[in-house]
Amino acid sequence: MSNQPSANQLDDKTIAELREIAARYPEPRSGLLPMLHLVQSAQGRITPEGIEACAAILEISAAEVNGVATFYTMYKRHGVGDYHVGVCTNTLCAVMGGDAIFQRLKDHLEIGNDEVAAQRQGDSRTVSLEHIECNAACDYAPVVMVNWEFMDNQTPESAVQMVEALRVGHDVSSTRGPKLCTWREAERVLAGFPDGRVDEGPTAGTASLAGLEIARERGWSAPDPSVAPAKEPTDG
Amino acid sequence: MVDTLTPVLTDLWDAELGWKLATYEERGGYAALDVAFAMSPDDVITAVKDSGLRGRGGAGFPTGMKWSFIPQDNPKPKYLVVNADESEPGTCKDIPLMMGNPHVLVEGVILSSYAIRANKAFIYIRGEVVHVIRRVQAAVAEAYAAGHLGSNIHGSGYDLDVVVHAGAGAYICGEETALLEGLEGRRGQPRLRPPFPAVAGLYASPTVINNVESIASVPAIVKNGAAWFGSMGTEKSKGHGIFSLSGHVQKPGQYEAPLGITLRELLDLAGGVREGHQLKFWTPGGSSTPLFTAEHLDVPLDFEGVAGAGSMLGTRALQIFDETVCVVRAVLRWSEFYKHESCGKCTPCREGTWWLVQALARLESGQGSEEDLDQLLDQCDNILGRAFCALGDGATSPVTSSIQHFREEYLAHLEQGGCPFDPARSTAWSGQEVSA
Ligand SMILES: Cc1cc2nc3c(=O)[nH]c(=O)nc-3n(C[C@H](O)[C@H](O)[C@H](O)COP(=O)(O)O)c2cc1C
Ligand code: SF4
Ligand code: FES
Repeated sequence: MSNQPSANQLDDKTIAELREIAARYPEPRSGLLPMLHLVQSAQGRITPEGIEACAAILEISAAEVNGVATFYTMYKRHGVGDYHVGVCTNTLCAVMGGDAIFQRLKDHLEIGNDEVAAQRQGDSRTVSLEHIECNAACDYAPVVMVNWEFMDNQTPESAVQMVEALRVGHDVSSTRGPKLCTWREAERVLAGFPDGRVDEGPTAGTASLAGLEIARERGWSAPDPSVAPAKEPTDG
Repeated sequence: MVDTLTPVLTDLWDAELGWKLATYEERGGYAALDVAFAMSPDDVITAVKDSGLRGRGGAGFPTGMKWSFIPQDNPKPKYLVVNADESEPGTCKDIPLMMGNPHVLVEGVILSSYAIRANKAFIYIRGEVVHVIRRVQAAVAEAYAAGHLGSNIHGSGYDLDVVVHAGAGAYICGEETALLEGLEGRRGQPRLRPPFPAVAGLYASPTVINNVESIASVPAIVKNGAAWFGSMGTEKSKGHGIFSLSGHVQKPGQYEAPLGITLRELLDLAGGVREGHQLKFWTPGGSSTPLFTAEHLDVPLDFEGVAGAGSMLGTRALQIFDETVCVVRAVLRWSEFYKHESCGKCTPCREGTWWLVQALARLESGQGSEEDLDQLLDQCDNILGRAFCALGDGATSPVTSSIQHFREEYLAHLEQGGCPFDPARSTAWSGQEVSA
């Protein structure tokens, strides 16, 4: 290899973990998506070195890896903040206030879509902002995701308070999940390396339980299997 | 008489530690494995066929029949792939299911894999839900440790390995063949069919792809019997399903009911539309299903009922919009979504979704003329049925249905030279602000 080792070279541990991901699959290339998550965790973004490393392990070209990395929106070419804030502006959330939340955060952080806010004196952490598509939490609209953890039922005020707390380094917890970790830590979980936070947070959030609570109050349940019809019921 | 709500998959969600193996086993979890292992795989397929279970991922294909298409004389390995990409706008049932009760999915994976004779299964979860991924990873790990996964499960001689796989942000990867591309480490673009995945799917091997809720419904069917499942629902749409209410309702959330319940009944349970407002339009099954209005409150929400009324049951994603919402704004935003998510493989969708956004943006800002509406419908005609996959078809649904039901509202934008609605009135906090 004629390449000079650069400051961005992946360390041996990361290379070993990339190989470990590829080995989970009957065909190693299947590991590429989680491998790219691990690259982001190790390097803070998709780097040329990370692409080369994946290509070498999978014995495919860097151009092929690059083609995959550019297809998926979670892969970032440029760095994001320690806390990446995604405001859902798909129709339902937008209407319920997501558009107003996104506008307020842009104004407050003085940035546009997909940018990192300046780190002020005294800030211990950085935040970045992006608008995102439906994140499968519409019953909690308007929804904000931070490092892909749910922050349900937000308002412009609550969202501003949240990013301020994050910037100065206070602990913030997902509204139905764990204490927020950094974006790079979250990317490691996506690569398939659990972080031990699984038992934080509730079984379900309030909205998820709406129907179940009514069923409990009224004594409704699925039919008792011991008295279920012995054969197929015929309609009519 | 079957109760109005029938919690099966959601039944564990109010348990304190619903995601733990101990909680699941206390309630009889993993007991269906021994029932199945005492049966032949073909008999498990027959049980699922007899139950009438139809795919819960949108299209409603009979699950047992799909499994029976796997050619068992093919010497290649068979695979089960669980579609946990849940990204169709409005759809929000699989995510809370995997967070609150991941073991019912894992048990379903084991039963389904046994039935199709797969020794390897994959759970493909959209990447943007880290805590849900933690819960499923942990459930799989617990199941291995307890001997529910791995080799010689429960002494049956049956082996199964499960890999939890995180996606990376792409709605199109919910389309089953695009999902397979993603799972093979490629760009998520749909494949030409035939061959169908049952014949040549993952690694060109016979593959079953099913939605999370479909697979999670299998343990109760195996345990309680096909007749039990069939005692819920309607003649051709049997069983329980999770209905997701969102938007302008008093109590948004998840309501698990027999298929065939109506929006009127569901709204009744959910306390009605937001106080002081009326229902304007709603999606029965996500943004790709044609819009309904108050006219459709009594349509039975089963596959035939919704199709008969001109839409699709889809994923039972009931997004409720009241009279403060501009339908043009809503449709423009959905169209921007489809344009963004179009994978670019075929021209009708790649170019067509771009044109839809252009035309809608003009109309929303009050520019153009009534002819533009007909041009919009023409553009939809050029996409529908000509796109390579159902994403393109879905993109036309909000446009055509909104023009069908709300042509006047489009025209009002032209007359007023802009949008006649105040978006502030639609927000979740609008009630608080105008209180005087
Ligand atoms: C654009 C698009 C997105 C889809 N997204 C999902 C999804 O997120 N989850 C899902 O289960 N099915 C999704 N589907 C449907 C799948 O292609 C497939 O029909 C389904 O996973 C089959 O499972 P089932 O028979 O259990 O419903 C999508 C289809 C299209 C065209
Ligand atoms: S219809 Fe759209 S998403 Fe589907 S293949 Fe064509 S371009 Fe891709
Ligand atoms: S529209 Fe925002 S989470 Fe679904």
